[in-house]
Amino acid sequence: MTNKDQYKVNQEPFYQPQGDEVALYEAAYAARLPVMIKGPTGCGKSRFVEYMAWKLGKPLITVACNEDMTASDLVGRYLLDANGTRWLDGPLTTAARIGAICYLDEIVEARQDTTVVIHPLTDHRRTLPLDKKGEQLEAHSDFQMVISYNPGYQSLLKDLKQSTKQRFTAFEFDYPTAILEVEILCKETGMDKEMSASLVKIGQAARNLKGHGLDEGISTRLLVYAATLIKGGVEPRAACRMALVRPITDDADIRDTLDHAIDAVFG
Amino acid sequence: METATIPAELDVYWKQLDCGFPRVEPVFADCMREALATLSKQGVDAYIENARFLGKMGRGAEPILIFMEKWPAVAKTLGEDALPAIMECIRRMWKSPNGNAITPFLQSLPATARRLQSPQQLRGYLDIALDFMERTTGSIHGIQQTFPSPGLPSLFKQVSVLLSQLSLEGLKNWVEYGVRYYKDHPDRQIDYFSLQSADSRAVLQRERHGTLLVDNERKLDMYLRGLWHDADQLIPYSGAFDELRKPIPYYDKLGIRLPDVYDDFIPSVGCTPCTENGAWNAPYDKAERIVISGIDRYRAVLAHIAAHRRWTTAIFADNFSPFQRMAVEFLEDSRVEYLAMREYPGLRRIFAALHPIPAEDACDPENESGVRHRLAMLSRAILDPRHPYKNPHIIEFAQRFLALMQHSDSGTPEMADLAVLFVAKTRRQSDQLPKIHFKDTVVDYRDDNRQMWKFIEEGDEEEAFDEPRKIEPGEEINGLPPRHYHEWDYLNHSYRPDWVSVYEALHPSGSAADIDRLLAKHAALAKRLKKMLDLIKPQEKVRIRYQEEGSELDLDVALRSLIDYKSGATPDPRINMSHKTSGRNIAVMLLLDLSESLNEKAAGCDQTILELSREAVSLLAWAIEKLGDPFAIAGFHSNTRHDVRYLHIKGYSESWDDRVKGRLAAMEANYSTRMGAAMRHAAHYLEKQQADKKLMLVLTDGEPSDVDSKDGRMLIEDARQAVTELDRQGIYAYCINLDSKADKYVADIFGNQYTIIDRVAQLPERLPQLFISLTK
Ligand SMILES: Nc1ncnc2c1ncn2[C@@H]1O[C@H](COP(=O)(O)OP(=O)(O)OP(=O)(O)O)[C@@H](O)[C@H]1O
Ligand SMILES: [Mg+2]
Repeated sequence: MTNKDQYKVNQEPFYQPQGDEVALYEAAYAARLPVMIKGPTGCGKSRFVEYMAWKLGKPLITVACNEDMTASDLVGRYLLDANGTRWLDGPLTTAARIGAICYLDEIVEARQDTTVVIHPLTDHRRTLPLDKKGEQLEAHSDFQMVISYNPGYQSLLKDLKQSTKQRFTAFEFDYPTAILEVEILCKETGMDKEMSASLVKIGQAARNLKGHGLDEGISTRLLVYAATLIKGGVEPRAACRMALVRPITDDADIRDTLDHAIDAVFG
Repeated sequence: METATIPAELDVYWKQLDCGFPRVEPVFADCMREALATLSKQGVDAYIENARFLGKMGRGAEPILIFMEKWPAVAKTLGEDALPAIMECIRRMWKSPNGNAITPFLQSLPATARRLQSPQQLRGYLDIALDFMERTTGSIHGIQQTFPSPGLPSLFKQVSVLLSQLSLEGLKNWVEYGVRYYKDHPDRQIDYFSLQSADSRAVLQRERHGTLLVDNERKLDMYLRGLWHDADQLIPYSGAFDELRKPIPYYDKLGIRLPDVYDDFIPSVGCTPCTENGAWNAPYDKAERIVISGIDRYRAVLAHIAAHRRWTTAIFADNFSPFQRMAVEFLEDSRVEYLAMREYPGLRRIFAALHPIPAEDACDPENESGVRHRLAMLSRAILDPRHPYKNPHIIEFAQRFLALMQHSDSGTPEMADLAVLFVAKTRRQSDQLPKIHFKDTVVDYRDDNRQMWKFIEEGDEEEAFDEPRKIEPGEEINGLPPRHYHEWDYLNHSYRPDWVSVYEALHPSGSAADIDRLLAKHAALAKRLKKMLDLIKPQEKVRIRYQEEGSELDLDVALRSLIDYKSGATPDPRINMSHKTSGRNIAVMLLLDLSESLNEKAAGCDQTILELSREAVSLLAWAIEKLGDPFAIAGFHSNTRHDVRYLHIKGYSESWDDRVKGRLAAMEANYSTRMGAAMRHAAHYLEKQQADKKLMLVLTDGEPSDVDSKDGRMLIEDARQAVTELDRQGIYAYCINLDSKADKYVADIFGNQYTIIDRVAQLPERLPQLFISLTK
């Protein structure tokens, strides 16, 4: 039998709330409502889910979705072994059985015919038909479905069906305010406040360029990277160019502007 | 020949000169003394000999006079060795019909010498001039060597302006252009070479050295947006034609005005750079010289202006004397810069290098008004803690300023108070003198501060409002009966039912050949697009691998699984594959805003937005046709809610043929932009399409508006509501916005389904690319 504890989040993850999302999530969980978290890359969606799992004391099973993923990858399949065949639960099935929070990260990456398997689990039925196995799995009473996606990928083909969207309650995340983001950098990396504030300022300059040549600004994740490099002894400007500017753009004008921002901020 | 004014010791030179012009005699002694002081022995001989020649040339007293007065100074810059080449040039003019150019040539010498600096450079310059002379002399109607070059005197008159902006290379190109086009047109040649004609200025612009605004607009726009969260039109002005009074940057309703070009700035010795975090520790006079690049000079101006826009509040000018006003401006400039540097410490390095350091004793208090001088010193002292000033008032007020800023942002009124005190404390009798000490007091990255002042007495401005537009008689559209649509009233959170009437009509037709010409013009771009299209073009059959159930065995995978199985590892059961025809199933609606504003010229090019849109749409249509996606095109504009017009350009059942191209060619722009209604109407066609994905592209240059809608939010909110309705119908709306100020509203309407194209000139390239990346 699957060991529930292996999916438990044992250590409290550091999560800096941005508003009332913690209380709202608790309410959604209490009613076992499915939750969808929208937001740009690296803004803390995964961290939030991890934190909530810890806070609620429930196991967490995370699946990073991709284009090649099939329904069987989620639900499970028969495997051949020496004695014939053996059924192996997929992560979704496992979560429904043991009463875990099942987190499908970047759900839009999965093909739509794959995503429909979550439908019966995310409405009043709360069941998962395992057709091949001939089992109708009733979800454990602790089970909850959480999905995340980044609406910034502006592709028409990478969008959720209405019938999928309308099964979820939703949070809209964004990058934290400057004050909170400074806090996050300090706590996450041990960086001092002044340097953190400088990094955040560079991040904001990039975010102001969103839609004007940048599809997305500099994420909190990248700011954490930069702080980590600086903590590790890398010269701040070099760390910023490497962690903040080079990854996000190949556009010479933007690169030049952000490099200038680094010089302007560090003086 | 004995004369009273010629001292005995100079008499021998005077005799050698042998000059009878009465105007030469009075200046001779002074010229000679300077020549003797600066020239070598041979140099003096050559000086006299060539002056003599110039006096006997038969072109009056001017040439010899100018030469005698100017040569010693020119020789100092270029060296005495430069003289033969110069004289050779003069002889060539003299022997040709171009003697009239000799005087302007001599007159321009001191300035050209300053610009050219070396004999090699001078030689290059003389070659250009002589070559020009030869090619433009006497060539009218084939008569040889009869007429002087029409442009040569003008060229010499302009050459100092030209060389202040052009390298020799640039000068050569500029001259070449003029010769090529105006060799046989004397009048136009003169216009060109006296910098009167538009193309002459344009070519000058193109050949200039330094950092051009036009080349860096996008970068500067990003600077303003990224670092200052501000945006505005950047409008260049030219400093080329007014050497004395350089225009100053400023901003107004239309945008931010900046010089069209900045050279790199090399501070004079003694300018303090600062090191990390504004610590000032290099010895003041030994401080390294840092060069401020042209682009950083632009950034400095933008930072200063952005800082005003963020922190300055306009105050009434009427209560202040002119001196007080000047003082308020200096201090307010210092304040906003202080705040800007607090935000971006790196600015200090740039400001400090660009800000002049007036010498404390430079101003003569007996004969000059020193107000500007004192204020510039104060401004320097505030910017630069290691300033050299001893004046106790300067020190005191710099400290008072810093104390005010220590714990707050302070404010424009506080600066005004401090300024008034400063003026009172440092007042001198001589402040009223008409001659103002200017040297080193202009901080050239600062704007002219016109936005800082308001005036109590202001002309009653007439309330401007849009005349409601009337449809001219005969213009009525005879087409289908109107369809009515609801409109969202955000104030009441409800729809106004059947509020808008949409009339649909076939767009009038023009010449399809125009569109083919546009496509031909973009042939190179089309070729590039073709490559991208081929990548996303649906293949006839697509193989889908890794299927548990499929139509065929996928041998590769099956073998791998078998091996895994035999070796005891878990085999992948997905050993089949199947085929699918084309994953692409997209229907597209392209909705074009055809409102009046499209008739405006796009910034930075001479096409209108409408023309650029037409090109872009033609390319897009061509591309979509290649992909085989069903698509339709329609335009819209509105003239109140009773008359929204929806102009059919291409339907789903029509192909991209001459009829469609003809309509596109005739596209015109008029009236307003009631976007929500047009989107709803377009949606009712798109909705009927059988496709997995439905995409509505809305191409617009501004926000929704109409003459009968006073509340600006109303139609924005309605359009947003329309997007939500579309979403429910399974239609993905996406906006391509050509308004660089669109950030204010476009996200409210389209969420993040939009792109702003700041440089409309790039639209023909960007639109198809955008479509491709949206649908791949
Ligand atoms: N509110 C927050 N509290 C603590 N850390 C945060 C917070 N937001 C972001 N971070 C930091 O940013 C990093 C990235 O966050 P996370 O992995 O949750 O992003 P995400 O939104 O899931 O991104 P993606 O969409 O790319 O998966 C985290 O590892 C953490 O260091
Ligand atoms: Mg100013």
